[in-house]
Amino acid sequence: MTAVPIAPAPASSLLEVRDLRTFFELESGVVRAVDGVSFALDRGRVLGLVGESGCGKTMTALSLMRLVPRPGRIVGGQVWLEGRDLLALPEREMRAVRGEGMAMIFQEPMTSLNPVFTVGSQIAEAIRLHRRVSRRAAWARAVELLDEVGMPDPVRRAREYPHRLSGGMCQRVMIAIAISCEPHVLIADEPTTALDVTIQAEILDLLRTLRERHGMALLLITHDLGVVAEQADEVAIMYAGRIVEHASVLEIFERPLHPYTQALLRSMPGVGSERRDRLETIPGQVPDLLRLPSGCHFRDRCPKAISRCAEEDPALEEKAARHTAACIRV
Amino acid sequence: MTSLAPLVEVRDVHKRFPVGGGLFGRARAWVHAVDGVSLTIHQGETLGLVGESGCGKSTLGRLILRLLEPTAGEVLFDGRSLLALSARELRAMRREMQIVFQDPYGSLNPRMRVASIVGEGLAIHRLGTRRERRARVDELLALVGLPPDAADRYPHEFSGGQRQRIGIARALAVRPRFIVADEAVSALDVSIQAQILNLLHDLQRQLGLTLLFIAHDLRVVEHMSDRVAIMYLGRIVECGPREEIYRNPRHPYTRTLLSAVPVPDPRRRKQRMVLGGDLPSPVRPPPGCAFHPRCGHALDVCRRDIPPLETGRGGHAVACHVFPAERVSAADG
Repeated sequence: MTAVPIAPAPASSLLEVRDLRTFFELESGVVRAVDGVSFALDRGRVLGLVGESGCGKTMTALSLMRLVPRPGRIVGGQVWLEGRDLLALPEREMRAVRGEGMAMIFQEPMTSLNPVFTVGSQIAEAIRLHRRVSRRAAWARAVELLDEVGMPDPVRRAREYPHRLSGGMCQRVMIAIAISCEPHVLIADEPTTALDVTIQAEILDLLRTLRERHGMALLLITHDLGVVAEQADEVAIMYAGRIVEHASVLEIFERPLHPYTQALLRSMPGVGSERRDRLETIPGQVPDLLRLPSGCHFRDRCPKAISRCAEEDPALEEKAARHTAACIRV
Repeated sequence: MTSLAPLVEVRDVHKRFPVGGGLFGRARAWVHAVDGVSLTIHQGETLGLVGESGCGKSTLGRLILRLLEPTAGEVLFDGRSLLALSARELRAMRREMQIVFQDPYGSLNPRMRVASIVGEGLAIHRLGTRRERRARVDELLALVGLPPDAADRYPHEFSGGQRQRIGIARALAVRPRFIVADEAVSALDVSIQAQILNLLHDLQRQLGLTLLFIAHDLRVVEHMSDRVAIMYLGRIVECGPREEIYRNPRHPYTRTLLSAVPVPDPRRRKQRMVLGGDLPSPVRPPPGCAFHPRCGHALDVCRRDIPPLETGRGGHAVACHVFPAERVSAADG
């Protein structure tokens, strides 16, 4: 059994993901990269999707955009965006959704931009893909967008090539492209991981400003619990392709229920907190999706595991008000 | 923290790299990667070295090990100048100092078995017989928490955290007294990072190691360090005991850095200090204090004179005209 969907989201939900499954069929076996993920995201809200490398958070995002790389395949589930199931749309309509309905920015802004075109032309191209406007109008809009994302001297910067810009500036360009068609949902996949901490702060502030101005919903994918604590309204914790806990940001940090969430929070050194000589660790390694233990995938690293954890696949269930966790020990 | 004799002393070290000017052409400009750094690392302590990319922290780490030749200045290890050593003496000295790199994927030779990787330093320094070396490798693998059968496997068979353990075992093989850890946990997941930080901590205590811990993550540095040095554009702008730096930062750059770190506590969402602009080019650093174009407190003097790093109360050193180190009072002696 895979995780059951959370109760049907209220009609106001902008984005609703139900039992999403994306598998990679390899010679060595089937990797269930996204294995029954469900969540809802409302207008103007920020959902932090948190997990360690290989837990499926990026694949979840790429599945929403229907950009899963081969040999990966979305094998089931629904992605409802403003009343339409994106997984049922023909590719042509999906292309319009990308950009206008939902846009995505990535971890490596330097490698996401084309090195042989100016940044202005890349923004203008994105606009002309979706809107019937003249080249000149698209260029003018590109400069406007660069200004909006806080690029100093946008008229001159529009004519520059990506290699002339710092990582932080490239990320601003990526954000300009992403918001160029005013999407309702922005997916940011580790948007600041490759950036220095002061630049990270600027980009996070920019994302917040844009979100408030345009009422965008944000799916913020990150491994950094500090970033989540500052930015997110709700948090979903992923482990081995599944959401294992989902609650408001306060609940997650103050009353984490799942042993994995608890361990993750305790393994993190914190600024200003009392110095502990030893951090708590999670024994073992980040799991190999081809060799997952039976039952609960976390059980071989879990301090609370009992024999029943090997037999039962824990469902994501409501354990407290608006707080779900997938653990039979909670 | 111990207040023993200094093990490493860096005195006014400079390193500039040529930029531009093709293969045979003359350099058109110079990057001052390290621009007059002095610091001391005491026996048994961990000095954290923090700064953003391009600030020169990795270059400084390599200069201290003499993996790079400084353009000017001096590095003393255990009272002896590394730069005055002959090639032979330097090789002997290299046993005393080792480095752990950031990238546990790129820094291990994929064609070598773990036993050869870990034992390479022993072989190079001709320490022990083949059998003794193999015994030492097994001992090291146990020390860093790898299974005994790891010795006969190749790096690609290991996860990132395990590879970093191999890198640490390699560094420890020749029984060094001093280790430079250059972003040693930056590439690791949080749960694995905690394992490696604990391992370094335990090893340091067990073996009495002295550590230069280079990282960009201020939370990790706070956890690991006895003292912390903050670098900006090739210079140390602030240095002192950990609590001083984190509780009572004085340099505006340090304060900005600390305020930029996201706090893992949703009740403490704060108004951040945001810097204007990017890191200036180290080819043409701004005159005076290199931080002045991004600093909200800059005065005329900041645009003109480079502020010296001056040590004040409690060993807290600051290089700032506006927020200088607090003076030593008579009571502090």
